[in-house]
Amino acid sequence: MKKVEFTVEQAPCSTAPLKYDETLCIGCNRCAEVCQCDILLPSAEKGKHPIVMYPGECYYCGACVMVCPRPGAIRLSHPLMNRAKFVPVRKTEE
Amino acid sequence: MVEEKYSWPYGNEVGQEETIESDVLVLGGGLSGCFAAIAAARKGLSVTLVEKGAVERSGSAGTGFDHWESACTNPCSKVTPEEIAEAYVDEQDWYSNGIAHYIECREGYDRLLDLESFGGKIRDTEGEFVGAEFRDEKTKLMFAYDYENKFTIRVWGSTFKPALYRELKRLGVRVMDRTEATALLVEKMSGGSQEIQEEKTVTGTKEKSGNPVRRGIGAMGMNVRTGKFYVLRAKATVMAMSRPARVWLFSADTTGLCEFRPMQSIGSGHAMGWRAGMEFTMMEKTVRAEFSAAGRSFPPYGAGNNHNTWYAATMVDARGVEIPYVDRDGRELKTVSERYYPAPGQKFFLKGGVIDNPKYEYRGPETLDFEELMKRGYQLPFYADLSRMPEQERRVIWGMMVGEEAKTKIPIYQNYTDRGFDPEQHMLQSYGTGWQSANFLEQERQFFGAPGGVMHDWDLKTNLVGVYAAGDQLYASDCAGFACATGYYAGRKAAEYAKTAALGEVCRADVETEQERLYAPLYVSGEDGVSWKELNMAISKAMQNYCGGVKCEALLKEGLDLLESFEQEIVPKLTAANPHELMRVHEVLDILTVAELVLHASLARKSSSVPLCFNRSDYPELDPVNDRKHIVIRRENGAVMTRDVSLGFFGKLQAEYEKRNQDYIQEVAAREKG
Repeated sequence: MKKVEFTVEQAPCSTAPLKYDETLCIGCNRCAEVCQCDILLPSAEKGKHPIVMYPGECYYCGACVMVCPRPGAIRLSHPLMNRAKFVPVRKTEE
Repeated sequence: MVEEKYSWPYGNEVGQEETIESDVLVLGGGLSGCFAAIAAARKGLSVTLVEKGAVERSGSAGTGFDHWESACTNPCSKVTPEEIAEAYVDEQDWYSNGIAHYIECREGYDRLLDLESFGGKIRDTEGEFVGAEFRDEKTKLMFAYDYENKFTIRVWGSTFKPALYRELKRLGVRVMDRTEATALLVEKMSGGSQEIQEEKTVTGTKEKSGNPVRRGIGAMGMNVRTGKFYVLRAKATVMAMSRPARVWLFSADTTGLCEFRPMQSIGSGHAMGWRAGMEFTMMEKTVRAEFSAAGRSFPPYGAGNNHNTWYAATMVDARGVEIPYVDRDGRELKTVSERYYPAPGQKFFLKGGVIDNPKYEYRGPETLDFEELMKRGYQLPFYADLSRMPEQERRVIWGMMVGEEAKTKIPIYQNYTDRGFDPEQHMLQSYGTGWQSANFLEQERQFFGAPGGVMHDWDLKTNLVGVYAAGDQLYASDCAGFACATGYYAGRKAAEYAKTAALGEVCRADVETEQERLYAPLYVSGEDGVSWKELNMAISKAMQNYCGGVKCEALLKEGLDLLESFEQEIVPKLTAANPHELMRVHEVLDILTVAELVLHASLARKSSSVPLCFNRSDYPELDPVNDRKHIVIRRENGAVMTRDVSLGFFGKLQAEYEKRNQDYIQEVAAREKG
């Protein structure tokens, strides 16, 4: 079989589902291990957070946050269009 | 953006091949696949489980689920498995999976006890809801929907997948994460043919029986990080690979959000089965889409509503006027508590995954119809207002159910709380006119509400000898309890067969053909090639145009013609730069196969049908008596073959089940005694 070289570059996406806090992340890659869509690739630099290589493929399940040993190191947010509105409760005017 | 120097972190094993032999091979590591593997491993067999993601959190219930339906044998239940399974069959006008539903009703609670023994949480052990109307004080089980009959159990499903993963390891199951199964290995068995008589081609020519018996002898696949190729030989195979998706709905930008089930679950099992001659039924059934948070809806459970996880939330209109709940007779309910009890004279009611607008007999409390609300002067937008509910009802919806249901713990419960949402002080908006907070067009279809899938017998065996199916892979499937119960059952039956069988002989040419097919996109340069996204987008547009809300022969045939042109002209141009993209390419090739299967199934049914949500403009007659049947479909040497199966083919549920499961019945009895 002919040898083939793999290449990879971050896929463009209009949303940013995941953000890391570099001051908290210890680069353990547990998030990359559990991500069922496999959108996170380990950083080339040891101890650094993974790269969100395929952000558009995020299923927004939250498994990465649930497995993270450092609370706050990774944050998942829905796309802006999907942030449902809530308002203070209203007393009935009847 | 990432620095250009970043290189693929997982190594390159393209062209490397490994053969793995097992008694039982399980394809798919969601709930049903895990339970299939556990059942077979408990019988002492060697088991391999293949999962495209990572079993610890993969599948539809990877990060949780909140309520377990049809647990008819739990100690508090006032209904029998027969009552509920038969009610489902009747409710779905017999386009229902009686066999699988009965297995769910009969064995589901045993699987819940299994989950508890693995470390999952199924009861209120910490006493957070002591004294609540929905909590049984003796067993600490908590119930949803029908508090009188107590057959739906609220559970802490976020604990389940890690618990299952640990149990698989403990039992010595070989778990192959990040491995995509791509094709079944099949051998023709010498001697004899299956007893299929009344089969015909789609053109109507009757064929003589003489269908060669095929046996599944394993599968092939690849590692989606390194490209390594696997030949997975097995005596028996269980397919548990969810249901198709992204056939009509696609977003190139937020692909992961465009369907309800996980991005990984796109129907590869259906595609592999179809290519191998497996039989399917009800693939013509699709519904107008209900969930696609890539545009027309909000994330499930994330907007104000009063269904499923949110049942029975108090709803109010724009003025803050409460929207009445009524029972099936239109009687307005005065208290929150009444929303959880059957109407006078009704034994039980049905709610949940596939129950949308049930028949009178099974209809439970519900808020007034939208049209009626408009007549009475209620004003949009509506909101879910939990502040008006008793404290324990509020807390069980927001904090337990929203929190334990799939994809709610972090993106909904935690994030909304961080944004300041307090269910005692805020109400959450509902969008549009229905509880789904969604607005789809008629041609935007989805496999939802008990869609089609693999045809099977009472052993959950497919028409391929040695190949079984479970969970969403089955026709007319629904929820978590269904997945776990059918997974365990299929695993048990596969194990019984494996004990009598030998490994099959793998045909080398089949392996080489599959390797070539799998790797081809790696050798097409990105500059000349077509991306998986472009093809997926084209398929979904084609299906909206040719297989949308209204279907007819000419349209469906034009659709097939277009998809065939994609096969000829576009597929050879597909490109992938690494194993991850290669996985996505093969997903779209599977979507293409499924789209063709749906077009063929739609051509085969020459009438329209209400329960199948199927509308043929050239055959408008609704559910004529002669067409009230399964039209079972498969591919044989390029020709599409169909045969008719009666809707009641499964017979008397209890009797047929007990005929085949005495060993299990005795096992359960012994456990209860001891």
